[in-house]
Amino acid sequence: MNALISTALSGVVLMFVGLFVRNKQHIKFFAIAAILIAFIANLAQYPSVEQGGYIMYGMIEVTKFGVLFNAVALGATLLYFLLSGSEFEKVGEHVADYFALIFFILAGISLATSFSNLLMLFLAIEIMSIPQYILAGADKKSLKSNEASLKYFLMGSFSTGILLMGITLIYGAAGTFDISALGLGAESVHPLALCGIILMVFALSFKVSAVPFHFWTPDVYDGSPTVFTSFMSTVVKAGGFVAFLRMFHTSFAGGSISGHWTLILSIITAATLILGNFSAVFQQSVKRMLAYSSIAQAGFMLFAVVAMNNMGTQGIILYSAAYSIATIGVFAVLMKLKDYTFEGFNGLARKEPLLAAAVAVFLFSLAGIPITAGFFAKYFVLSAAIEHGHILWLVIIAVLCAAISVYYYFRVIIAMYFKQGEPEVEPVSGGFKAALILAVALVLVLGLFPNLLLCWM
Amino acid sequence: MLTVLLILIPFIAGLIAFGLKGSGPKVLGMISSLATVVLAIGSWCRFRTAPDSLNFVANWIPQLGSQFRVGLDGMGVMLCLLTAIASLLVFITIYNRNYEKANAFYGLMLLSQAGLTGVFTAFDALQFYIFWELALIPVYFLCSLWGGEKRIAVTFKFFVYTFLGSLLMLVGIIYIYFQTPDHSFSWASFTSAALNPDDQKWLFWLFFVAFAIKMPVFPFHTWQPDTYEQSPTPVTMILSGVMVKMGLFGVIRWLLPVVPQGAAMWSDVAIVLCIIGIIYASCIAMVQNDLKRLIAYSSIAHIGLMCAAIFANNEQSLQGVMVQMFNHGINIIGLWIIVEVIQNRLGIKNLDQMGGMAQKAPRMAIFLVIISLANIGLPLTNGFIGEFLMFSGLFQYNHWFMAFAGLGIILSAVYTLGMIQKVIFGEGNELTETTTDLRPGETLALSLVVIMIIVLGVYPKPMLDLVSGTSDVVSKLF
Repeated sequence: MNALISTALSGVVLMFVGLFVRNKQHIKFFAIAAILIAFIANLAQYPSVEQGGYIMYGMIEVTKFGVLFNAVALGATLLYFLLSGSEFEKVGEHVADYFALIFFILAGISLATSFSNLLMLFLAIEIMSIPQYILAGADKKSLKSNEASLKYFLMGSFSTGILLMGITLIYGAAGTFDISALGLGAESVHPLALCGIILMVFALSFKVSAVPFHFWTPDVYDGSPTVFTSFMSTVVKAGGFVAFLRMFHTSFAGGSISGHWTLILSIITAATLILGNFSAVFQQSVKRMLAYSSIAQAGFMLFAVVAMNNMGTQGIILYSAAYSIATIGVFAVLMKLKDYTFEGFNGLARKEPLLAAAVAVFLFSLAGIPITAGFFAKYFVLSAAIEHGHILWLVIIAVLCAAISVYYYFRVIIAMYFKQGEPEVEPVSGGFKAALILAVALVLVLGLFPNLLLCWM
Repeated sequence: MLTVLLILIPFIAGLIAFGLKGSGPKVLGMISSLATVVLAIGSWCRFRTAPDSLNFVANWIPQLGSQFRVGLDGMGVMLCLLTAIASLLVFITIYNRNYEKANAFYGLMLLSQAGLTGVFTAFDALQFYIFWELALIPVYFLCSLWGGEKRIAVTFKFFVYTFLGSLLMLVGIIYIYFQTPDHSFSWASFTSAALNPDDQKWLFWLFFVAFAIKMPVFPFHTWQPDTYEQSPTPVTMILSGVMVKMGLFGVIRWLLPVVPQGAAMWSDVAIVLCIIGIIYASCIAMVQNDLKRLIAYSSIAHIGLMCAAIFANNEQSLQGVMVQMFNHGINIIGLWIIVEVIQNRLGIKNLDQMGGMAQKAPRMAIFLVIISLANIGLPLTNGFIGEFLMFSGLFQYNHWFMAFAGLGIILSAVYTLGMIQKVIFGEGNELTETTTDLRPGETLALSLVVIMIIVLGVYPKPMLDLVSGTSDVVSKLF
């Protein structure tokens, strides 16, 4: 709740700050301060929900899980501001607006972690999406950015429509919007509810870019200004997963009902893993590779939704943290390079050893190599699936895909360390390096002691 | 605590080495590996008096039931000793060489030593998996940074291969974890997990593929000759001397006791694969012209025999395998040291360009002959006792398997003696005329190897006593 209020307020305030403060540096500091306040305010709520969540007016339910996920999302955003905050001004004039839009997205995410009513789910998804359409098109003079924005907007509104349709059908079957009172699992499933659930699976799959609803992803991620791609493909995507998980965990798990959608979602997961990984292999641009890799990683996160157990819930928190930190870090370094192709990384280790080492750690984490956070993230989602028991085939596919993912992540490492070249790198500030070291430290600490995060669960 | 130090010393030394300049890393590497050798011998002594004092348990991730649990049994002591000796030999051999970016080279070498020791001491499955992967990363960088022309593609294949294998093993580990009575990763829980035979049937393959890739066993061996050929020779020494033992170790520690029925069901298949590998690799080794590839294929053949003997399912063969793990490690490192010397002097590795080196480098020639004969398993060298036990165990299991595996011995004599002839005898040429004999460091390393060969060949009892406890435990659980 605190997170929702503080982010929404910060967003509004930041829009007005843009009118009065001309210095972009100051705006950035203001945004960092605001996110810090939101982070602390969110954590301050933890003691009150530790024993159990509470519901406000039947609309919002504040839970431990929600607070914890907000902490991860806000923390990752803080890191993102520290690393890439100064890239905002390269996109366009309205720096304060960009920051404000990001705060609105965060407000949407904190709503997505705590809705207890289908209307609130719809609102959360919309609040998360609309600022993204704008951010995607923030680089107004670039044709690709415009294309990305339009494409995202059209496809996004279409999927929102499907979501709404699903909600309507579920309402028709259950007669209530309260997600804990839908009571669909009890006896035989109403056909309306069945259609509603399937439509919701499709709509939410679109939001988390699962195959075959992923077609917008590469173009939008590639066309958007890189600094916003970095945010959209990490924190926002994780937010989508939390909404997905919360909705299905509360209403559609258990009883006869889960059998109706588990198979569909398993197939979606398998397709996401296979297509995401194979397509990433063939990319020439690191930015586009990361777009496909984000699809592939979404496949792993979907495990948590399919498995629907405690291990999966813990897994999604850890996965969000590990994946967001690592991807934000890689993007931050990528933005310092002139050339976004793999060749652009050639010889980076010789020229900028620190940047190269950091990217290597982030990529190890994305590939799931031990003692990085990514390993335990993968470990948890795989465990969740194995504990579930009936989807071992999916686990084997996932493992094969993880081995493929090594191929494209290591291409960057090979370019940086084993190839000769003179990469054009923008000079980096001391602050940037410090933030990068912080991110690396987080990845390693979570990789050695994942219980530091999970002990709060 | 002794066990933890065995991991910690090379790990910390490795991290420090990255920051040193000049000859600092060399000296540090030497000190660290000497210290680990001393510690390993110390842990051997301790093992005879108070084996329990070598175990160490600390809380790590209580939510998962995973603990930092290291310990040493007889096999562990032996392999830690091998790891320590191997890195000492490597550092002595290359003491006079100057590598580009020496700090990173020595740092990564030491880190890989730490990873390997971690694998051999882990008694927690999750921790075992983590060390298993960690041992690979430094080796990957070592091969890719200092290797031959085709190094990038070759080591990448090596990495992806082994990574895939280990992920399959991870799935197996997680699956068994959920079957353990107390939801724990400890070795004791794993061995007491009540796995039903149907599960064991496929779990066996998840583990076996991971280990078979590492050893390597036919048909998972394709990465190995390329990697050995392309890697810088010091790294090849670690790879073939110690790292392939990870696979054998894995089978003995984590496969046989954990999925005994699965292993019993598939042991014929595994042995047949190994025997195909022995004969196939030996035949290729006979026609090899590349010295490094020849030794690589000979290694496949020897490892194949060891793997077959493990599945022969009796105490004698297991004991033979474990002794042979150590001895093969020593012998193959000796061979690689000589390869390193030849490459350093001549800059080539093609056998048909060599010859007549016995006249120019008599000391090297003598060492080469002794080590090669030990590698074939001549009586009174260290290779003999292990092979004898393995064959006798295999014979008890199945006469035919023993007969076919025995072909490997004959073939190994053919290609090894052929290699000796081509390298040191025959007519010299302009290139080999320029050879100089061994330098002090190389002589020292090779002398140590030869001393171990002869001592353990004449009096293998201490080594057999050391591992008899482990083979006893494993064959009972199996």
